[in-house]
Amino acid sequence: MVSRRVSRRRFVATTAALSAVGVAAPFVRGASAAGKLTVGFWDHWVPGANGATEKAVKEWAEKEKVEVQIDFITSQGNKLLLTIAAEAQAKTGHDILAMNTFLPAQYSEQLATVDSEMDQLIKNNGKVNATVEYLGKVGGKWLAVPATTGTQFKGPCSRIDFMKQYAGLDVQAMYPAGAEPQDKDWTYDTFLKAAEACHKGGHPFGIGLGTTSDNVDTIGAVFHGYGAVLVDAKGTPTVKTDAVRQALEYYKKLMQWLPPDVAAWDDASNNKFLVSGQASLIMNPPSAWAVAKRDAPKVAENCWTHGMPAGPKGRFGPFLPFFWGIWNFSKNIPAAKSLVMHLSTQPVVESMVVASGGYDLPSFENFTKFKVWAEEGPPKGTLFHYPDPYHHQTLSVACAPAPHKIAEQMYNQGIMTQMAVRFFQGEPLEKTLTWAEGEIEGFMRN
Amino acid sequence: MADIAAPQSAIASRHGRSSLHKLMQRKSTTAFLMALPLILMIFILVAYPAGYAIWLATLNKSMTKFVGLGNFDFMFKRPTFWEIVFQSCLFAITAVIFKAMIGFIVAHFVNNIPTKGQRKWRGMLLVPWVIPAAMSTLSWLWLFDPSYSAFNWLFAQLGLGRISWLGEAGWARFSVILVNVWIGAPFFLIMYLAALKSVPEQLYEAASIDGATWWQRIWFVTLPMMRNIIAITILFSTIVTFANFDIVRVLTAGGPLTATHVFATWAFKVGIESGDIPLGATVSLFMVPILAVAATFILRDISKRGSEV
Repeated sequence: MVSRRVSRRRFVATTAALSAVGVAAPFVRGASAAGKLTVGFWDHWVPGANGATEKAVKEWAEKEKVEVQIDFITSQGNKLLLTIAAEAQAKTGHDILAMNTFLPAQYSEQLATVDSEMDQLIKNNGKVNATVEYLGKVGGKWLAVPATTGTQFKGPCSRIDFMKQYAGLDVQAMYPAGAEPQDKDWTYDTFLKAAEACHKGGHPFGIGLGTTSDNVDTIGAVFHGYGAVLVDAKGTPTVKTDAVRQALEYYKKLMQWLPPDVAAWDDASNNKFLVSGQASLIMNPPSAWAVAKRDAPKVAENCWTHGMPAGPKGRFGPFLPFFWGIWNFSKNIPAAKSLVMHLSTQPVVESMVVASGGYDLPSFENFTKFKVWAEEGPPKGTLFHYPDPYHHQTLSVACAPAPHKIAEQMYNQGIMTQMAVRFFQGEPLEKTLTWAEGEIEGFMRN
Repeated sequence: MADIAAPQSAIASRHGRSSLHKLMQRKSTTAFLMALPLILMIFILVAYPAGYAIWLATLNKSMTKFVGLGNFDFMFKRPTFWEIVFQSCLFAITAVIFKAMIGFIVAHFVNNIPTKGQRKWRGMLLVPWVIPAAMSTLSWLWLFDPSYSAFNWLFAQLGLGRISWLGEAGWARFSVILVNVWIGAPFFLIMYLAALKSVPEQLYEAASIDGATWWQRIWFVTLPMMRNIIAITILFSTIVTFANFDIVRVLTAGGPLTATHVFATWAFKVGIESGDIPLGATVSLFMVPILAVAATFILRDISKRGSEV
């Protein structure tokens, strides 16, 4: 074997030459110089709505030189929920995942905090409502950024013709497109009278009382309207209160004017009820109207989305926010934070809202007056009041302000709708309250 | 010393090779090696998840502390849990009884069809069992649907009142059991048909000569000859029906209230949807001892009869 001895002079000369080449060469950045990122977004109901998200991510990826893989994960069949649970157990998977309502709190110990990002976003985009803060901020720390896609308001969508014909209410005059709501007389009493009138007219209100999200969100808002909470912010059960009794009495009166099988309704039932032409009113984001626009245009032309009636303690609307959470086991947290910041900029948010036909509802105060809500139709302006542009309502989530670990179980097991059904089916009120108290007691273990 | 050591090691090596050779030649070794992929698969897909579920069931809600049997203790004190136990038993026992009865009766009908036309009947009757349960349950959901129920439409045409199929506890339970029977009865049918075909014709001839009625032929010939297959199908179906998830999930999601929840759907509700994975694991494990006891008795009975024969 021949060995070649390198002299000191030769070594110095070679090193110097290599250094010169290195310094003089232009800075070459690879296509994925800043690493990789995988994102699991919620798969939108609205056809084509994923496109806006995909486009925004692509723009950001090209600019930041990050290789991004996007998965749109459906919430049908709980696929998104199962993905989140599996990734949390395995401590591997996507870097960013879409999570709704109580999920950021449920996985609080596995999410990266986004305090400085939220401070910046609130500064840029305006405040977020108390519900977003309650769900996204745990122990004084922001755990996730409110997402535009998927966030929705589940207020009333009324049939203009039936409400006029049977209840004598002109919902377009109450909620005029482009102007402030004239909702002074739109109260729980008016709502009940209208439910009775429409039922007698053969077109009842379609409000579900199953244990799925749409049903729970509606009763949650009505409970808030009575100031009825089952567990307070400190975690103390407050089931046996007059406010809870009043809310249940009200629901009992309302249920007699609803279709007989509402206890079996899921999240699709109210949509089908509207599209079938049977409903005078349902509680839903504009997806039901969008389906009607496609499948039953005559129904869609008569739909008007508007605000909730007011209860004795205020006007509360059912609000269901989605978030983008970043796992703390993500290998590229800085890039993930940069992406969610980009997705929360005004042009991107507006593009998402437009792509969803007005369905997506940004959580920031300055983003409630986009043109799309004024222009969508038919009838034109039907979605104008969907984002509550004049802030007439308190956007709320059922089971708040209970501590998250209790609230999420009350919410997912539909304790409030179960109470309403039990009471309506003839169970004495105090027995129903005792049952609920027992269930809630079971949710308090650590 | 070295001269002596060398042949000894050679002998040892030859001896080692021959014992390995002998081991490899044994039928049991070959059988074990051939079954090894399956054993590994069972370990990965059954034993490991089962062990993991047992581990999860011993943790507290936030999965940070070992609580032993604390979750079981907590669960036994919940009235809702006992409601689920009742419903699971009602669901499994009723469905299995009806599936077995329908399977038995239809198997006799099919057995009496001439061989030429029997195949198409067998094929048609197997359809409910062959279609994925989630898919056929969706069709049933449309038949029972609160807004568009085809059955209710039919009733309306006949001037009858509408039934709240999925909105009332009794009807919802009936609907869930009906769908389960519809899906599961063909399994009994095909097993019983196979068993019927294996009953020697001479036994029936002898019984006829003795003047046995059709009922006596069934009671004293058919049933004793089918006893083992009946026991095994009932055991198998009980296990599958107890662990059923898809029918309830698709049809009622456990509602109205919690009237149709069974162990699997309740475990999912508590564990995945409500974020209490240890309690969910505990609920799903509760059925293991029940099924283990049932399986022990049934299998012991079968092996006892086998040894008697």
